[in-house]
Formats: sequence, structure tokens, C-alpha cells
Amino acid sequence: MTPPRLLRDRRGAFGALVLLIVLACAIAAPLVTTGDPAAQRDIVATRFLPPLSTDVDGAFHPIGTDRFGRDVWTRLVYGARISMGVGVLAVLVSIALGVIVGAVAGYWRGPLAVALLGLTDFALALPRVVLLLLLAALWQPSTALVIAVLGLTGWMGVARLVHGEVRALAARPFVEGAVALGARRLRVLARHILPNALTPVIVAAALGVGNAIMLEAGLSYLGLGVQPPTPSWGNMIASGRDTLVNAPWVATAPGIALVLVVVACTLLGDALRDLLDPGVRR
Amino acid sequence: MFARLGHRLLAGLAVVVGVVVLTFLLLHLAPGDPIDIMLGPTGTAEQVAAQRRALGLDEALPAQFATWLGRFARGDWGNSIAKGRPVRAVLGDAWPATVRLVALSLLLSYLIGLVVGAVQAARSSSRTDTVLSIASVTLFAVPGYWLGLMLVLVFTYWARMLPAFGAAGLDSDYLRGGAWLIDRLRHLALPLATLTLVGIGGAARFVRGAMLETLNQPFITTARAKGLTPRRVIGHHALRNALTPIVTLLGLSLPALFSGAVFVEAVFAWPGVGRVLVEAVRDYPVVMAATAVSAVLVVAGNMLADVLAAWLDPRIRTRAT
Repeated sequence: MTPPRLLRDRRGAFGALVLLIVLACAIAAPLVTTGDPAAQRDIVATRFLPPLSTDVDGAFHPIGTDRFGRDVWTRLVYGARISMGVGVLAVLVSIALGVIVGAVAGYWRGPLAVALLGLTDFALALPRVVLLLLLAALWQPSTALVIAVLGLTGWMGVARLVHGEVRALAARPFVEGAVALGARRLRVLARHILPNALTPVIVAAALGVGNAIMLEAGLSYLGLGVQPPTPSWGNMIASGRDTLVNAPWVATAPGIALVLVVVACTLLGDALRDLLDPGVRR
Repeated sequence: MFARLGHRLLAGLAVVVGVVVLTFLLLHLAPGDPIDIMLGPTGTAEQVAAQRRALGLDEALPAQFATWLGRFARGDWGNSIAKGRPVRAVLGDAWPATVRLVALSLLLSYLIGLVVGAVQAARSSSRTDTVLSIASVTLFAVPGYWLGLMLVLVFTYWARMLPAFGAAGLDSDYLRGGAWLIDRLRHLALPLATLTLVGIGGAARFVRGAMLETLNQPFITTARAKGLTPRRVIGHHALRNALTPIVTLLGLSLPALFSGAVFVEAVFAWPGVGRVLVEAVRDYPVVMAATAVSAVLVVAGNMLADVLAAWLDPRIRTRAT
């Protein structure tokens, strides 16, 4: 997996570029925006300013202001921090869970493996949207809860992938060699098997981040996710829904950002999969 | 085949019971109480106790669960705490609207997705393929509720062509025949377009993958070597074999008929199950019944996918027995 080959694939290059720009903006948010995302000044004078306008204080608003006179561009960039952060952290949680469950079930046969695989199948059969609504609605909505809920409902696919890889790898000669040399089981698993089993996980992660960002936005849109005034793309779309007629840019901008990022994640995932798995490359 | 089905049926039953127990525990272990919401901050301690007794919430959790399970199995799904109406009536009123919306959109998105994916696979790596790939990955990435809002903006606010809310106009009770149908169709148009567009993205991507997989196989080379026209190779030989994973996917979307349109229903105020679910957070009987139904549908969808796949592909049948 050499980076240049990934970037030679147009999908990979596009995905990486978009994600890089969004991440750079999110990290350097104070540098590319003006002021606080929750800042409100004279609401009557500064609300619903259309894109590319300058308000009474001389502040420039590249994509206008919302109904509280807050700068949409600033909120979009700070919202990227939340949305990308939630997406990445949720995927990290689900990958950690999935790798542990999959690796243990794949390497230690017996009742433990049966129990873990049973748990995976059970979790796969849970109605995810219903569960998400339930979990998010029962506790006080918060960013941490969204990460936990998305992480806890997204690990099963990874567990299955890792389980299959680990089982196949455990029978390979180099693993038998390590065992014959007297390496402990945990060491064999961690040093010899897992590093070789992680390639499909990378693909799943790239696709998973896009999916998690979309679900976070969905929950926040319903008011069950990240709570205002903290901006997330989902709750920005929700607040723009009420002002769709007089200020369509408030809901349009975060939606376009969301689509761009999810497309980027999906294309990057596709490119990675074709690169890492020569069997499907055409 | 039947032994395997029986085995799956048992496993499915276990899953349903597990989901219901899990939901029950989550509902009762989470902070907060439906009584507080019902009575509000002015409720006295006696009123709270009386209400709790009336709803059976003062019993031990296992006893409450046993009572619920017994009633549920006999078809008594209880009354909605918030609405006071029987849960079966609440869900029964909402379900047809969701089924109408989701079934139509599944049908349309798979039909269109099938055509788009097949065209892409037939002209793999061509300009057409690239353009359609960009279109499908974009649709795949669009959140339904946002696309819904954009369609409302364009077709309701700007073009003033289509209504944006509900399943019928205010005057629908007075409309007859053609006018009634047109009213219904106009209300259906935007939610259906939203769900279908989002669905096409996923379906086309999946069909393209499945078709390319099939086109790589030796029997396709044979078919081409026999001198069959490309149209016949694609339409007759490849599409048929690529249909197995597609039908499997379709079987797996059975639960969507119940809870597949939560976000889009929220945007369009569509009177379906999604809206009931979003409203019914603390409404124990509604949530329990809805999760039970969803779980049954998930399990049934998995089994349906298996049966359909075996029906379409004899190789799966013989492997199973």
C-alpha cells in the first residue's frame, strides 16, 4: 500500500484531497474564520444576511448568517470539528471492539468463540435505527453519547471481517513457525496475525467514517445528537429547516459539506479496497 | 433445507427475545420516568404513586416483563401512555402509510438501480460508467432528510408545484375519485422521490459490483465465445446470476417497510411509523411493541433472503442439504 499508487487512482486522490482540506480547515478553524461560532451581535441587523454580504460592523460573511446573526461559514468550519471528530471517534470505538471480538473469536476456538460469534450475529440482527433512537433519546443527548451509541452499534461488520482473516491466517505456515518458536499465544496474535489482518479493516474504516458522520447528522437533525449552540452539520441543517424560505443557505451549506465528505470517504474506501484486494481490481 | 430453516427459526426466535429483553432493560434502567412527563412538575407524591400502580410500574422488573410478554403474546399490546389509545391501533394506523411509501421507493430504486448498474457494468471504465458512478456515489452519500429539504425548497417554495407536508390535503375527505387520487399522489411525490433517489445510489453501486463479479466468470467468456450478442450475454447470462446477491439485499430490506423512513418521514410529516417512533420515546408500550415488530421483521428478512437466494440459485440449495 504505497501512497503514490493510492493517489494515482483518481477516486483515491479526490477523496484524500477533500478530506485533507476539510481536516485542515477543522484543525485551523480559528485561522480560517472570524471569531466564535456561537457569537451573536445585533440580531435584527445581522440575521439572514445572504452569502457574500458585509454586515453593519463591516464583518464579511462568505455564506451569510443564520437567524441569530451567526456567521454560517464559521459555524460550518467549527461544525466540521464536531462532525469529523464524532465520525472518526465512533469508528475508532467500533473498530477497537470489532478487532478485539473478531480476533479473540478467530484465534481461540471453543465456547468463547461460539459465544462471541453468537453475540455478533445477535447484534447484527438488532434494528439499528430503532436502537439508535432509543439510546439517544433515553439519556441526556450529548456528543459523547452519540459517539458511544454509534460505536456500540457499528462494530459487528469489523468483527466478522477480522474473524475471517484471523482464522485464515492462523493456519498459515509463518504463524505455525511463530508458535513452534515458543511465542505465547497473545504475542502470536498481536505481532504476527493482527498486522496482516488489518487491511480490510482500513477499508471498512474509511467507509464507516462516512456512514457515522451521516448518522450523527441524522440524530442531531432530530434533536437527539449534538446539542445547540455547539454547531454540528446535523443540527445546522435542522436549524436551517425552519428558515428554508427566507435563508436557504443555512441548511444548504452544511448539507453540501456533508455530501462532499461522505463522497470523499466512500471514494477513498473504494480506491483502498481495489488497491489492497487485487482480486477485485479490474 | 427444512432442517436448516428450522434451525434458523429457533435462532431467530432467540434474537427476537434478546432484542425485546434488551429494550425492556434499556427502557427501565435509563434515567427518567414516563410518570414525571405525564403528571408534570405539579404532580404530588400520591398522584405519582397512584399512576405508577395504575400502569403496573410499581412491580418488580421481572414481573413487569412477564406480564408484558404474556399480554403481548395474546395480542394485547397495551395502551400508549401518551395517547391513551391501544398500541395496536397507533401502529396499525401508521403502518400502511410507511409501507406505501417504502415499498414503492424500494421497487423504484431497485428497478432503476438495476438498469443503471447493468449499463455501468456493461460499459465498465467508459465515460458513461464514470459519469454514472459519480452520480450514484453522490446519491449514496446524500442524507435523505437533507435531500428532502432541498426538494421542498425547489418544488414547494420556488416552483410552488407540490405540497411538502403530510399524506393528504386538508380537504381530502371531500375529494372523490380522480381528484382524491391526484391529491394523494401529489403528497406522495416528494417523499417518494427523496427515498427513491437515495436508494438508487446504493442499489446501482451494489448491482454494478455484483455484475462485474459475474462478468469475470468463465461461463461469460464461454457465452461470448459462442458468439452471443453483448446484449444477450448481459441480459440473459450475467444479469440472472448477478440477481442472487441483489435479491438477498432486497430480502434484507424487509425491516425497512416498518422503520426504514424515520428521517424522511420526519421531514415531510408523513403519518407513518417513523413519526410514531420519534414521538414515543418514553411511551414504554409503544417502544416495546415497535422494537418487537422490528426484530421479527429483521429476522424474517434474513430468512426471506436465504430462501430467495436458494430459490434463484440451485447451487445454494444443494450445498445446504
